[in-house]
Amino acid sequence: MAEKYSLQHWIQKAQDEHTSLYVIGLQHQIQAMEITAEDLLSKMLTALKVMEESIQTGLIGNRSKGGLVGGDALRIQNYFHSQPERSVAGPVLNRAITFALAVGEANACMGRIVAAPTAGASGVLPGVLFALAEAKGFSREELVPPLIVAGMIGMVIADRASLSGASGGCQAECGSAAAMAAGAIVSLLHGSPEQVGDAAAIAMKNMLGLVCDPVAGLVEVPCVKRNAGAAAQAIVAAEMALAGVKSVIPVDEVIDAMGAVGKCMHSSLKETAQGGLAASPTGLAWTAQLGQST
Amino acid sequence: MNILDIIGPIMIGPSSSHTAGAVRLGNMARIILGEAVQKATIGLHGSFAKTYRGHGTDVAIVAGLMGWPTHDSRIPSSFSYAKAAGLDFRFEIIDLGDAAHPNSAQLQLTGVKNEQVSVVGASIGGGRIMITGVDDFSIEFHGELMTLLIRHQDQPGAIAAVTNILYQQGVNIAKMEVFRTDKGASALMMLEIDQMIDDEVVDQIRSCPQINTVRKIVPLQ
Ligand code: SF4
Repeated sequence: MAEKYSLQHWIQKAQDEHTSLYVIGLQHQIQAMEITAEDLLSKMLTALKVMEESIQTGLIGNRSKGGLVGGDALRIQNYFHSQPERSVAGPVLNRAITFALAVGEANACMGRIVAAPTAGASGVLPGVLFALAEAKGFSREELVPPLIVAGMIGMVIADRASLSGASGGCQAECGSAAAMAAGAIVSLLHGSPEQVGDAAAIAMKNMLGLVCDPVAGLVEVPCVKRNAGAAAQAIVAAEMALAGVKSVIPVDEVIDAMGAVGKCMHSSLKETAQGGLAASPTGLAWTAQLGQST
Repeated sequence: MNILDIIGPIMIGPSSSHTAGAVRLGNMARIILGEAVQKATIGLHGSFAKTYRGHGTDVAIVAGLMGWPTHDSRIPSSFSYAKAAGLDFRFEIIDLGDAAHPNSAQLQLTGVKNEQVSVVGASIGGGRIMITGVDDFSIEFHGELMTLLIRHQDQPGAIAAVTNILYQQGVNIAKMEVFRTDKGASALMMLEIDQMIDDEVVDQIRSCPQINTVRKIVPLQ
């Protein structure tokens, strides 16, 4: 069997070659996919464009298909604009939460999104990337390298553990998205390859054990708000890593631990809507009301 | 796996299995039918039956039958487009049994030129699908390779006739299975092949005496 992807291996390679993780990732993927760098970069730009549009879709404030979510991103935006002095989060975190919710809501309303890494966790990356773009004046083009770094982290997780709630719980979806986004932030702010690894590790550690328990089986509750939570975890982890805080457990081992925890998780907590919030009295009431008994 | 599997696909939400996969099931059923769909009876099984409204599985399948891709922003309103296009569709809740994948659907289709087919398929995660039945045969294929479904008489020579034609075209067969209802009766062969083939080759196969019908299934995307 081929050796599994390793983020530590890529980090080492970047250090040895005195380059960035982005350059290593780009080279690796254009070889593997047999396409030109130009092609790959333009696909990433397209993804960023769709992400940005999905934020706008969510900010319209429509209610979702199931009717459990919608309008909260707009609520936070209005709150922040009308009473900025009351915000406890400050501009970067506030906007990251707003945008992450917006994409989660767009997804629940059948809007067009980029599943990065999945549809359920699609708000996290756009949340942090576009919040930082707004706060620090980055262009869409400047978001491409961090997006590639996020993709590399996601590939390692997919290979060593899992990206799906059905097989690994929400730690595999929102947890992975948080790890990817944390690494992306460090890359965007020109942290070292090692710091990317630390940020991803810390974010993943802080999401470890999170179960997948969607009410009525729909990607609405708790999914949408978890995107905001994961975006916040990404910012927390990136801030630590950029300051030089290290993860005691190396990133590959954290990812392996996430995979192992996912295997131990009871099936009622892996997208079957049989446990957790889905099995709460209110969760069950909603399930009955939607005529979608499990 | 590559980076586009992680940063992507671009799709209409909310669920890769219940929405994007459902579009692809519709796409594949339409390809198997081989012509535009006029009438569709869509049976939803298991989790599809329980959560289709909240996931838009119903509009997604109809969008798929219209031939739209998973990122088409018209998907939420596919019903009105379908009605305008004269596609007559209805849904029913079905039970395909415990052995069936929870995200399964049965699509009974009639085409604009009166072709008919019944397709059973499942959305198996991440937007990938598997066809599990065509008409009265239980067959499994993903539709990721060019696939031929050939109905023939269960007689000596039928299989050789087909493989000979493919051999002459230099076509490599990746997988082949043969099914029959009864000895000597109508049978089905499924071939997954590595190359694309022209309609002329399909016509050549169709003209063999033991061959009844040939469906050429081009891979999705
Ligand atoms: S709770 Fe489950 S369905 Fe919802 S985002 Fe998390 S993994 Fe996805």
